[in-house]
Formats: sequence, structure tokens, C-alpha cells
Amino acid sequence: MKKRIFMLLMLTLALSLVLVACGEETGTTPDESDNDEGNNEETSGDKTLIFARGGDSVSLDPATTTDGETSRVTRQIFESLLEFEADSFEVKPGLATDYEILDDGQRYRLELREDVQFHDGTDFNADAVIFNFERWSDPEHPHHYADEGFTYVFYGNQFGGFKGDEDHIIESIEKIDEYTIEFVLKRPSAPFLQNLAMSAFGIASPQSFEEHGADVIENPVGTGPFVFKSWKRNDTITLEKNENYWQEGYPLLDTVIFQVIPDNSARFTALMAGDIDLMDGLNPDDVTTVEADGNLELYKRAPNNVGYLGFNTQKAPFDNEQVRVAMNHAVNKEALISALYRDLGVTAKNPLPPGYLGYNDTISEYEYDPEKAKALLAEAGYEDGFEFELWTMPVARPYMPDPQKAAEALQADFAEVGLTAKVISKEWATYLDETQQGLQDVYMLGWSGTNGDPDYFVNNLLSADAIPGGNRSFYDNEEVTALFNDAVEETDVDARDAMYQQALEIVHQEAPWIPLVHNTPVLAGSDRVINYIPHPSTSEVLTHVDVE
Amino acid sequence: MLAYIIRRLLLLIPVLIGMSIVTFAIIYLIPGNPAQTMLGEQATEESLAQLEESLGLNEPLYVQYGLYVKGIVQGDLGTSLRTKNDITEEMRPYLAATMELTLFAMIFAVFVGVNAGILSAWKQNSWFDFTSMFIALIGVSLPVFFLALLEQWYFAHKLQWLPAIGRGNARDPIETVTHFHLIDSLLAGRLDQFWTTIKHLMLPAVALGTIPMAIIARMTRSSMLEVMRSDFIRTAKAKGAHQLIVIYKHGLRNAVIPVLTVVGLQVGSLLGGAILTETIFGWPGMGRYVYDAIANRDYPVIQSGILVIAFIFVLVNLIVDLLYAYVDPRINYR
Repeated sequence: MKKRIFMLLMLTLALSLVLVACGEETGTTPDESDNDEGNNEETSGDKTLIFARGGDSVSLDPATTTDGETSRVTRQIFESLLEFEADSFEVKPGLATDYEILDDGQRYRLELREDVQFHDGTDFNADAVIFNFERWSDPEHPHHYADEGFTYVFYGNQFGGFKGDEDHIIESIEKIDEYTIEFVLKRPSAPFLQNLAMSAFGIASPQSFEEHGADVIENPVGTGPFVFKSWKRNDTITLEKNENYWQEGYPLLDTVIFQVIPDNSARFTALMAGDIDLMDGLNPDDVTTVEADGNLELYKRAPNNVGYLGFNTQKAPFDNEQVRVAMNHAVNKEALISALYRDLGVTAKNPLPPGYLGYNDTISEYEYDPEKAKALLAEAGYEDGFEFELWTMPVARPYMPDPQKAAEALQADFAEVGLTAKVISKEWATYLDETQQGLQDVYMLGWSGTNGDPDYFVNNLLSADAIPGGNRSFYDNEEVTALFNDAVEETDVDARDAMYQQALEIVHQEAPWIPLVHNTPVLAGSDRVINYIPHPSTSEVLTHVDVE
Repeated sequence: MLAYIIRRLLLLIPVLIGMSIVTFAIIYLIPGNPAQTMLGEQATEESLAQLEESLGLNEPLYVQYGLYVKGIVQGDLGTSLRTKNDITEEMRPYLAATMELTLFAMIFAVFVGVNAGILSAWKQNSWFDFTSMFIALIGVSLPVFFLALLEQWYFAHKLQWLPAIGRGNARDPIETVTHFHLIDSLLAGRLDQFWTTIKHLMLPAVALGTIPMAIIARMTRSSMLEVMRSDFIRTAKAKGAHQLIVIYKHGLRNAVIPVLTVVGLQVGSLLGGAILTETIFGWPGMGRYVYDAIANRDYPVIQSGILVIAFIFVLVNLIVDLLYAYVDPRINYR
């Protein structure tokens, strides 16, 4: 027996030797004296940061896309009129140095920064701002490019549609002087300033549109700290330092490279090998490895998302409130989070993440109580349970690192109270389409914030106005929808807070969802990275980041 | 021989037509209106009408097919829905990346496989024979992704000899001319970049090439064993020819036919295996290109990607067939 084990060991050794030797035979010896590039390479004084992520950007025009991988890059190239603080959604001056709210929130006057140039050398001024807003809002604008397939989802969502639409909130934009503009609104809009700070509304050089036409999506020209250099699709996007940046002495990096490495584990391997400096989408399982490694740094993003299980409230038996509440009692969220999130998430009781305006902390979560769930189901006439389809996403999301396993855990919870869930997974685009059409019984999904305003969460997900659309539960409560709509126009923060709290209380009682989790996404980086602060929006400006 | 080549080329025509029909059909096999499928549920009436117009969807099917084939023949594979770029242009770097990787994997597989097979046959039932065939057995059974992760862990992470991911050093990009990094780095006169490229190629190429290598080794061994028992080898040996000449000149030449078949087939499987390998090693090749297109429902890219991969497969088989004729003049092709 011992001899056999010895043989096996020898064979394994031989295998690895052959693997190495094979390389030699094809003329590719890994020579130790020459292994400087590819691994742990020296940057020869050049300050380059390589940020690795799972997917490529869709385009480099922030206005026409909604994906985080696009805004992560465009944040560096374009700047908005207002910006967010480094670690929160607190609004601070950006390309506008100051703002004034007039006429009870119907008029916003913005003072623009005067010493700013676009990367192509043209001046940033009031005309440039107006050009950008018109390009986004006016389907007739020569640079709107609707026939090229450009869509402006964020603009439509945040500003109530487009020029000519009844709900479009911007009446006009007026140029007061070269560096002062005024937005005249049709009605007050509480999230207006937050919206202006979104990366989707980064100001682009008007000249770049003359020059590149619809190809601006690959030739971005902004005022930001980094200048676009090259894009190898599905591989790397390279940005270089903006030597004429208006913030004196910044940025600190010479080059920023966004590299695509689709597989989470491969990305982590690359980080450990020193091929990259920062990575997004660390597997929760790798957190302990990062913490134990002195050369690595763990970064946590503030939870700015919600993962939930939604009911199709138009379909029996999920049109029955008691059934929905019963199923809320059936789910063991704590167990789910400790198993799948490595305790990086917190249980959810609101559709909003904690810390948001309108977060209702007085709501008492439906506690995990299978007996109570069974009793409620019996009361509703389902003592023998029922069968249903539980739809789950095919891809990991920031709020759901392993949807398949989460669905299985939920399936087990439901089985405990006598319900039979059949787990169904569909291809991602189909999943989104079909849940929007209402083909599902029960579905898993989530949402991440982009501007820190509660309106972006609740109005997109639970308002009757978002049917069909983001309200995939087809939850239709007039009072709630009215509260959401009023809150958008309410400029008094406390009154607004109260409105959301009230609406969320109703949502809690009627239970169109089982809110599951607010996840804390984790990133990892090499210890040579200095002053990196992950932003809750998933897109941070790297102006102040440096490498050793 | 020339007649054979011409006939073999003519035979390609029905194959190519069949391929083009299949890829053309992809878009029609998906339920619903193709324009709607391409643009998604939120598409406006105008954009639908526009796309239908530009794709010629209003024309009868045979006209549409004609336009499609005409495009392909002119090297126009259409426009990506997602990036709005010309696919022929866009695909070039991915294709080059995959070809570079596949070629490297194949060189590894053939070189190691053939030599290991020969040595095993030569030293039949020896320690070497036993070991190499055992390794070959493991090689065929080992899933590509497992070997890939094992390599990454050992050679990139543990020993830090080789880079774990990518095609090159992102900090020092290669100036692209042909998109083949090995060629481009030489054109730029950058031997350091050439070396970096080779180092990046090694792990994925070995992962990708191990299964073909193992199959080729086993095939070569059994084929060689058969040949070495034949009379003309005995005669050669009796005449006192050097052992190496007997093996490589007389033996291999006759044993190589079945090996060639295997090589041809393996190139096809390499293209398939490349998807996994490319994902694990962050290799921006055709597998990734098509995979991403599928994830984003970029149908023109899916169509073109499959077409190009199929075309390469057909081409490789053609080359293998022609090589038969060259290697073995006994085969009568009339």
C-alpha cells in the first residue's frame, strides 16, 4: 500500500515536471532571472494603477448607459455640475462652484467654475452645459442620435421624461452670463441636486460631438482628472493624467488602466500575483485570505442596495396579503446571510438601505417563525400549502453573490411551512424581460442606488407608475404612489422623510416583497495603493488616489 | 494531386453554404420578430422600423439570405448592436488572440504529444512508457478548468514564475499592427515584450493543449508500435540504419497519418475549449467575444462569431486533408 502511495506521489511529481519541461521544449523556459515583467513589475517611476473588474464598459458616454462598469470609467473623464463626497451621497461643488435655490424650488441658479478646459482645449462654460442638457433632453437635437440607438434612460427617469413630455420637469435652461446658468423647473424636485451630481450627467465637450459624431461613445472628451487614451474592447481601457486639471497638483496617478478579468477567482489570483492593484467583486469566501495577507487591503463599500424576493401580487395566491405575510415569516434571513454573505450583509426590513432619507427604523421586521407562517397560511385557506415557481437570477449581483444557492435556501425555508417552490432560472436579459411582463409567481431581484436619493429606489420599484417597468411585483397602492409622487416635489427634508416613512409602513404591512438583505460589497487591493475610498455608488473618482 | 486539391476546394462550397444557412437561421429560430429580439422590449416603433429597413427584413427571405451572403463574401459581417462597431473590424483582435493561443497550444500538444508517443513506443513497457501513458491518461481525464486553476495556483501564485492572466503586461502595452502580440512585439523590435507575451501564453496554452497532447501521445504510440513491427522497419534496422533515422524517418512518416487526423479534430475542440480557458485566464479572445455577445443578446456578433469559428474549423480540416496527400503519396485521390 505504502509503495502505491509513493508511486502516486512520484507520478504527480513527474506530471508537474513534465508540465514545466513541456514549456522548455517549446522554447519558453521560465527563467527566474527574467521574471520581472508580468509579475510584480517595476513601474520605473511611472505611477500606474490597474483596476480589474468583471465586465467591460458598454460605451464611454455616461448619458446613454446605465451600467456601473461604464460610469466607473467615465467618472474619471467627465465631471458633473455637482459631485458627491468621497464616501457618501452628500452633494458638493463640482463644475458648479455654488448654487442657489429660488422660487420655492422651481428655479436653480448655478455659478460655474471659470478656469476649466475640456481635454480638447476648448473652454467649459454655460454654453457647454446647455449643449449637454439639450443633447440629452431633446429628441430633435442633432447630437441626440436616437437613430443610432442611443437611449437616455437616466435622463428620462430622473427628469420625468424628455422635451415635450408632460412630466418633463425642466422647463428651460437659461444662460445668465458666460458662467452662470439657471434651471427653470415646471414643479419643485427634491432630488434635483442629487441628480445633477450623477455620473450620467457628466458634461462633455460640445466640440467632440462635431468631431466624432455618434462615435463619441468611444472618444470621450470631458474636463475630468484623466484623459481617455485607448480602449481595447473586453481587455483594457487606458486613461492618462490630465496635465491641465483645474485642481492644483492633482491627479496623483499618471495612468489608470481598467482591466477586464471576468472570473472572480482569476481576478483575485492576478491581484495576489501583483498583476493588478485593485479589484472589484471579491468572493466573500476570499475575505479571510485578504485579511490574513499583509500585502493586501480589504475595502468595504457602504451597503447601498437591497436584495429581495418579490411576489407577483396580481397572481393568486400571492394577491392575498395574508399569504405574503405568512411567507415573510417563513424566511430565515439570518441563516441566509451567514451562509451566503459571510456576514457581510445585514437583514432588510425596508426597500431602502439604512442611512437613506425615509428609512423607517420603527418598522419591526417579520420575525422568522415557521409555526406562525403555517398558522397564517391555514387561516388564508392554504393549510395544505401550494406549489409555485420561484424565479432566480442567472448571474451574481452586488446584492446577491450566489442567486442559485439563495434560491435553494429559500426553497428549503418554504418547504418547512408546507410550500413547494420550484426554482427556475432564465438567461439574464430574458429574466428581466419576462419579470417585467409578469410571467413569474415569485422572483428574486435587487436594486443598487446611484444618487443616494430614496426616490430612485421606491419610485422605480414600488410605485404604480412603474408598471410595467421596475415594479415587477405589480404592487398598485394609490396612497403609496401618491406619497412617493408628493415626496419628490417636497423640498422640506423633514416633511419628505415623514412621507417616505409613512409609505414604507404601508408597504411593510401589505408585503409585496420579502426584503432580504442589504449587502456590503467588498473589494481588495494591493498595499501599494494609497487613499483609495470606495464610493457607495460603485464609481469613485481616482483624483486623490496614489500608488507607492 | 492538383486535381485533388481543386476537387477538395470545390467540395468546400456546399459546406460553406450549409454553414451560412445555419448562422443565418439563428436569428429566425428565436421566437418573435428579429428586430424586436435585437432591440429588446423597450424599442420604439421608429427604431424597429429603421432596423427592419437597414437589415432588409421587409424583403423576402431568399433576398435577405442573398444580402447576408453578399455581405460575408465582401468581408462585411454587419454591425454590433451593443457597440455599434463594424464586426469585421471589431473581431480582429479577438480572433488574433484566439489564434495565437490555439496555435501555441497546438504546437505544445503536437511537439510533446508526438515525441512522448514515439519514445513510449520505442521503449515499450519501460518506466518511461508507463509514466508517460499514465500522464496521458490523467491529461485526457482532467477538465480544462481544473488544470487551468491548478496551474494558476502553482505557477502564478505559489512560485510566481508566470503571469496568471491576460495577454500581456497592461502597464506596457504592445503597439498593435497585426494584433498578434508575438509578431507585433517583434515588429516593434521589443524582445522584452516578445518574452512577456510568451510567458503570458504558457499557462493557458498548456491548459488548453493538455487534452490534445495526451490524445496525440496515445495515438502516436499505438500507431508507431504497429509500424515498428512491420517488415520495412526490420529491413531498415537490418541494414544498420541509425536508430533515430529508423524511428523518425521511416517510422514516423508512416505512423503520422492517423496522428494527423487526430490533430485536425483537436484543433476544432481547441476552439471550443478556448472559451473556458479564455475566461479563466482573462484572455480576450473569440470565446470571450461570443460569450459576451450571448450575454448581451448581440445577435449579429453571435452569428458572425459562430460563422468565423466554423470557417476556421473547416479550413483546418481542409489543410489536414491536403497534408495527407502530401505525407502519404500511396493514397490514391482520383
